[in-house]
Amino acid sequence: MKWRRTAAVARKEALQVVRDPRSLMIALLLPLMQMFLLGYGVKLDVNNIPLCVVDEDDSQQSRELVQRFVASRYFALRAVDRTVAPAARRIDAGMCRLALVLPPRLSESLVTRQGAAVQLLVDGTDSNTATIAAGYARSIVDAYATGLQVSLLQQRGYPTHSMTPLDVRPRVWFNEELESSHFIIPGVVALVMAVIGSQLSSLTIAREWERGTMELLLSTPVSRLELMVGKLAPYFLIGLVDAAICVGLAVGWFDVPFRGAALTLFGTTCLYLAVVLSIGYLVSVSIRSQVGASQVALVLTMLPTTLLSGFTFPIDQMPAVVQGVTTLVSARYYVTIVKAVFLKGSSALELAVPIACLAMYAAIVVALAARSFRKTLD
Amino acid sequence: MNASHPPAIVVERLGKRFGDFDALSDVSFDVAPGEVMGFLGPNGAGKSTLIRILCGLLRPSSGHARVAGIDVVQDPEAVRRRIGYMSQKFSLYDDLSVVENLRFFGGVYGVPPRELADRVQGAVQMAALTGRENVAAGMLAGGWKQRLALGCAILHRPQVLFLDEPTSGVDPGSRRRFWGLIHDLAAQGVSVLVSTHYMDEAEYCMRVALIAAGTLIALGAPHELKQQSAGGTLLEVASADTARALEIATAVPGINDAAVYGSAVHATSMKADAVGQMLSALRAGGLPEARVRAIAPSMEDMFVHLVQASRAGDTTRPSP
Repeated sequence: MKWRRTAAVARKEALQVVRDPRSLMIALLLPLMQMFLLGYGVKLDVNNIPLCVVDEDDSQQSRELVQRFVASRYFALRAVDRTVAPAARRIDAGMCRLALVLPPRLSESLVTRQGAAVQLLVDGTDSNTATIAAGYARSIVDAYATGLQVSLLQQRGYPTHSMTPLDVRPRVWFNEELESSHFIIPGVVALVMAVIGSQLSSLTIAREWERGTMELLLSTPVSRLELMVGKLAPYFLIGLVDAAICVGLAVGWFDVPFRGAALTLFGTTCLYLAVVLSIGYLVSVSIRSQVGASQVALVLTMLPTTLLSGFTFPIDQMPAVVQGVTTLVSARYYVTIVKAVFLKGSSALELAVPIACLAMYAAIVVALAARSFRKTLD
Repeated sequence: MNASHPPAIVVERLGKRFGDFDALSDVSFDVAPGEVMGFLGPNGAGKSTLIRILCGLLRPSSGHARVAGIDVVQDPEAVRRRIGYMSQKFSLYDDLSVVENLRFFGGVYGVPPRELADRVQGAVQMAALTGRENVAAGMLAGGWKQRLALGCAILHRPQVLFLDEPTSGVDPGSRRRFWGLIHDLAAQGVSVLVSTHYMDEAEYCMRVALIAAGTLIALGAPHELKQQSAGGTLLEVASADTARALEIATAVPGINDAAVYGSAVHATSMKADAVGQMLSALRAGGLPEARVRAIAPSMEDMFVHLVQASRAGDTTRPSP
């Protein structure tokens, strides 16, 4: 590999990127857009669930219980009705996700725990939210009922310490407030890298074919390795700048804690960039139109990174076959590393396995990309 | 041209098939150092295929080719270091300026960095692009772009230059100027293989190869080929009714290759009194106003004659 020829290719490619509005947009605008869209858009927390109450009891206890719901940040009270019918209509219309039905003589049934004291009508179209909302509602009602029982027993002179239910207090490590953005944002960084890297490099060979400059380029003594290294070098730099922008936004704007070593993140980001750039380059070599290549590169990187990297859906909850498939997704290793470096402050040694996997992946894809290009028109 | 030097290009029985289509079959010739060799033929005759094989861009299906003494199949990279190539439509980087294009090609051809600035400057002067160094290549008119493409192809001082239809879409003034540059390079010892479908450009070449349907049908200096084809008297028939004149001329006994050239009909006659015979035939055919004269054959006449002769199974094919 000759440095002179490689440098000539790199300089030319850099000039073309700077002058190509489409590449520039991908390089600079896309990371900002993705960070803000996904950073704000993808929230897995369930807050302010619209709630309506059917208060058939209309007693001091029923109003107290409703007040507990109002005070919780999980629910937003939309209406209080006297009968079930209007509440059912509200759920049908999508105004409320949950209806809390408080029957007559509520306090009595709460204390005796006989029969269905409180009924929950849940809109199950979004089953995830429904399950979580029902869980929150149940715990509020439980706490209220226990309180009622205890105070009743105290009034009657019974010792109550034995009555107090076992109190489990979870302490969450690494993401103390269970803020979903804290584990979403590091994943978004990986997603941005994947999309930017593969998008930019997917255009590079296709552009030469499309503009009719490939034939002349092939007739020069530049080797395929020089061509690849020269062409990808500017995109590698752009990728690193984008990574810095994303990490800066994550820490400075989204307040995600950064507990690990910047060097670990830098090193693994370089490896990951090598992977995604090579994937884009492979696509660009096989598909000779810029539009086609960028579409394929998008599908090849965005889908697996979103669905199979553990970025939104935890890998250990997937069926075994799908878990097997995720081992082929490079983003899986990078997302693991980025999350751990950000939230746990893991060291490179602790992350040795995913780092080794990522390095191996990079070596294979880079080798494939380097061999993919043929310097011939046949 | 020095006979003691080995040829710059040697082509032996070269053939190329695409599927079941013979793009090139059994082509043999060689080019001496400092020689300007023209490849003439209609579009699709196989000129570009031949040049691409010689640049190592296509693998031949049969035969051998050596450029600058190196086999194009065995070591294409070594060939590429010694050649310059101008592909059709001057495929430069439109979004790069004149100087940026030159620097890029200088770089990929491995021109030493300390010499690059001088050579780029030299190429700008040669191509008469002084003052336009920072204009985007895409903004240049045809003739300028063509000279820039030539400049890019010779920065590394190649021994052999391949020019594929370098003059298509360029105005006549620029074409003449371009051929001047080609001859300057040849005078410095560069061998030039240039393809064109402008028959008149054959006059600029030291030797011409005629190629049709993938085969070499004639090879020689332009004046030799004209003599070869002059197997009779070439007549020019001028008439208001060209179609009718062609009809009549074709029917005259002893007439070969009657064809329309612009507004006139050209026909080759083997008879002694060709003009008189043609005139009386035209009068008898109802075209008394038609004029007939004997003319010197042009390159185009020669080409038509040789193509038809080769189709007729004529064995006048010259040895290369």
